Amino acid sequence: MRKYVPKDDVQKKPYYTDRYWVAPQVAKFDVESDEVFAADLATIKEKCEVIEAYIQVDQMVVIIKPTDNFTVAQILKDECAYNQLSEVGAMDWIAKQNQYEVFYQFLSMSKRKRVRIKCFLDVDQAVESLNPLYRSADWAEREMWDMSGVKVNNHPYMKRILMPDDWVGHPLLKTYPLQGDEAAAWYEVDRIFGKEARDVIGPENREPARVDRYDTERFGRLGHEIERGAEFKEDQAKTPLAYQEEGGVLIIKKFHEDDTVEITDRKR
Amino acid sequence: MAQHQVNYTQDGGLPVALTSVDKIVNWGRSNSLWAMTYGLACCGIEMMASGASRYDFDRFGTIFRASPRQSDLMIVAGTLTKKHAEFIKRLYDQMPEPRWVISMGSCANTGGMFNTYATVQGVDRIIPVDLYLPGCAPRPETLQYAVMMLQKKIRAEKAGKSQRQKRLV
Repeated sequence: MRKYVPKDDVQKKPYYTDRYWVAPQVAKFDVESDEVFAADLATIKEKCEVIEAYIQVDQMVVIIKPTDNFTVAQILKDECAYNQLSEVGAMDWIAKQNQYEVFYQFLSMSKRKRVRIKCFLDVDQAVESLNPLYRSADWAEREMWDMSGVKVNNHPYMKRILMPDDWVGHPLLKTYPLQGDEAAAWYEVDRIFGKEARDVIGPENREPARVDRYDTERFGRLGHEIERGAEFKEDQAKTPLAYQEEGGVLIIKKFHEDDTVEITDRKR
Repeated sequence: MAQHQVNYTQDGGLPVALTSVDKIVNWGRSNSLWAMTYGLACCGIEMMASGASRYDFDRFGTIFRASPRQSDLMIVAGTLTKKHAEFIKRLYDQMPEPRWVISMGSCANTGGMFNTYATVQGVDRIIPVDLYLPGCAPRPETLQYAVMMLQKKIRAEKAGKSQRQKRLV
């Protein structure tokens, strides 16, 4: 059993501190062990400062200063033949070190190599957009803003991409509640009916819809119907399926369950 | 004039059927439920299967229409996100009266497994629902059973009088 910890301020704590098992890190190797990566890293180091660099799962990871991201991407594209930006994203380390981690994943089709550029960003700091170099950065950076709240400078169309435009908050922040904050809980009601309809419609029912077969007040079993509120019996006699009213329907043939044929041979 | 002798009263050949206005109107309404294509998620696949030849919804008079102005029935099949909520309300308002709604599957009924910030916890928060169909996803037979139950419900309604307005707010 895991040690019990009071969960009063669980929203303030990040999940990774004590609640879950922390996976060990994948082994890191020196960049010099791969000559292609070593040459790429040397090219980057000529113009920019590199904080850390290593190889992990056959991919080079380079940690740079956030102000250098455009320069590094330009070097990778023009000089090192990394012609695709496959992914951009941000991670929330605000609780741990008051920073975002922004990563850019590059692919070189000719070299068949992948490089990940990372930088750590203060909460109120913005990164430069890579849109002039890679068109794929357009939507990826919009998603990064929408989900994590990382601001991007010089983006041509900085707008939310997944959530509605008038949404409040950034859902992938670790401080964002899974079931939504006040604005999220009433979003559709406020949007469609207005705030005054909140009392009429009422709060969301977040309890799971549980079906209780012994609760004969609210639930009935198809084909085994009993009186409402009567005691549930395991060996309840079968009642015929009624698709129509007792008297039948005009012109339509009445369904008789006894006349039906059960097909047991599926290959007939 | 018919040249041959027909005994209308005895041979069951009477070309007149007597019924009430309620019954004949409800018979017409319940047997031509034109459903709006509203597949939002995986339940939509089951709804398409119900419409296709193996399960054949056409024999119930249920034909899928792509326009709210031509449909009587909205089968909400799938997860309704909060971003989409205003559009389902708008499309529902565009449907002519009388109109009915089947909420198909757990996600449409209660939000289902998506107990998250972005999912509407049941379409009945947005539009009035006539019939809740449980299942994840309900099989085509189940959807057909739901439509038959809705037909039963329609047949019990008063057709002659103007229908009571179904609305949330």
